[in-house]
Amino acid sequence: MELLLASAIGIMTAAGIYLVLRLRTFPVILGISLLTYAVNVFLFTSGRVAIGAPPVLRDNVTTYTDPLPQALVLTAIVISFGMTAVVVMIGLGAFLGSNDDHVDDQPETSDDLSEGQS
Amino acid sequence: MTHWLIAPVVLPAMLAPFIVLAARYHIGIQRVFSIVGVLMLIAISGGLAWTASDGTIMLYQLGDWAAPFGIVLVGDQLSTLMILLTSVLALFVLVYAISSGWDDRGRHFHALFQFQLMGILGAFLTGDLFNLFVFFEVLLIASYGLMIHAGGTKRLRAGVQYVLFNLIGSTLFLFALGSIYAETGTLNMADLANRVALISPEETVGIRVAAVLLLLVFAIKAALVPLHFWLPSSYAEAPAPVAALFAIMTKVGAYAIIRVYTMIFPPDLDVTAGLHDTWLLPAALLSLAIGMIGVLAAKQLDRLVAFSIIGSMGMVMVSIALFTPEGIAAALYYIIHSTLAGAALFLIADLARSGRANLALTPQPPIAGATLTAGLFFAGAIAMAGLPPLSGFLGKLLVLDAAFDTTRMVWIWVIVLGSSLISVVGFARAGSVVFWKARSVTPDDDAPMAEPPATMAYVAVGGLIALLALHTILAGHMHSYTTSIAAQLFAPEPYISTVLETPGKLSEPGEDH
Repeated sequence: MELLLASAIGIMTAAGIYLVLRLRTFPVILGISLLTYAVNVFLFTSGRVAIGAPPVLRDNVTTYTDPLPQALVLTAIVISFGMTAVVVMIGLGAFLGSNDDHVDDQPETSDDLSEGQS
Repeated sequence: MTHWLIAPVVLPAMLAPFIVLAARYHIGIQRVFSIVGVLMLIAISGGLAWTASDGTIMLYQLGDWAAPFGIVLVGDQLSTLMILLTSVLALFVLVYAISSGWDDRGRHFHALFQFQLMGILGAFLTGDLFNLFVFFEVLLIASYGLMIHAGGTKRLRAGVQYVLFNLIGSTLFLFALGSIYAETGTLNMADLANRVALISPEETVGIRVAAVLLLLVFAIKAALVPLHFWLPSSYAEAPAPVAALFAIMTKVGAYAIIRVYTMIFPPDLDVTAGLHDTWLLPAALLSLAIGMIGVLAAKQLDRLVAFSIIGSMGMVMVSIALFTPEGIAAALYYIIHSTLAGAALFLIADLARSGRANLALTPQPPIAGATLTAGLFFAGAIAMAGLPPLSGFLGKLLVLDAAFDTTRMVWIWVIVLGSSLISVVGFARAGSVVFWKARSVTPDDDAPMAEPPATMAYVAVGGLIALLALHTILAGHMHSYTTSIAAQLFAPEPYISTVLETPGKLSEPGEDH
């Protein structure tokens, strides 16, 4: 179980970092999503992996799993979900406005300068 | 237990939905509520700062759950000073935004502004690392909206970069929190301070990784070289009042570094030895140099101001990286100065923009109201470059003085003084091209002269400059106060015992938990 979780976190992080370093918006957003999945699993395991153990007090149970990381993961999932939605909207707006979805700065032309005010 | 401590978080959190839901089509009502809200924030945070000024540490346990099980808000001298600074800055920025009409160029400016304040004030007040993350996200998600306020393709493109960079930063923050929790089993700062000290020297791999990751996250927020690439284009493209408010956001990163690396990972801790002097100080010196070289190299006035923000954050971080009480005291003095000066410069750049085709550093026909704008720019540039008589000079002097006895004194003095010279040249060149050379260009006869900016816009900028002057005149009082803050930071025992020993639910003695 530990091996499965650890390798899943590692592979997702590696893939996420690779995608984040791409030039265009869509792969970068996918990469960030992968990274957030990896970090969610990582947070989940930070309270140690206890299989089949309840997180809240029960009668006749001696082993418990740590409930706090689950609450943390829930918060992190909600936040990253919202953030991904925001970045998709902003990225879409930028793409539709300039017909170009590069993340990096493009060399400026002279009309760029004059339209830069509003 | 006083409930006032949570008011700076709850008040904007209630005002913002009210503005969205009840007043979304009435810009007048929104403005009134926004201004009244910020005035109340100033009063509340002033009161809190007054209460904390004698060394009292205020504690607010949410739901009366005792730390470390519950979430706490803590108000000590440092955090109350920062919330006071934030709310005062917010007032002037808001006055400018309203008088220049920026708030009417897109929707929901005031609601997002209140949410942004809620995030910043919460980040200053929280006593829990995960809560710090949550407040970072609150301030970031509001700042994404503010950053692309009024739209435009260039702004959206800069917004994409800004959001992506900060999302990666948030992910790193979560990784750091996960490793800290895995190592210590707590995220409460006071509790962490106790537990990190107990980790035996052989088993420090995890906590060291966590300490470095946290430093990276805060360095992204503080725009420390080489993690500063998000700042220039996003601050330059953001609407001017928003950029001015963002001047406090980089300081949130500096605040977090001060808080975490004096309390949880203090400089004498073996686990993180070398993090401050080997890594943080050179990075800070590099940001100072690169920021001020950027001031000289910038081709547009707004980029120039953005680079001066990086440079001034470098100065703050140099002083913090010394991790002596003198260094922290000087850094806090400089943080107040650079927040006000940076915000004023962004607003002045916006004043200069009205009436010019763009902000490129080329001679263009004279702008309306140029004399007053040029005068304000002169004052703001003097403050930012650190020339006498304004507080930038005193702040720099304090930093140099704090660095005098250290082994790195030569490096610090050479780079601080050299970068000051470069920034003076950069600001002088920008000011003379934008304001003086305008006389040499004959304006088009058919192009009508633009309207001069509103009077209240000048009042807002002038108010910020006046605060800088006040910060200079009262430098003695301010510096002795920041010195007492630094003393409080370097003796964290009262903070820790207040947080951990105040009774609440779950803390009855003898009860098994």
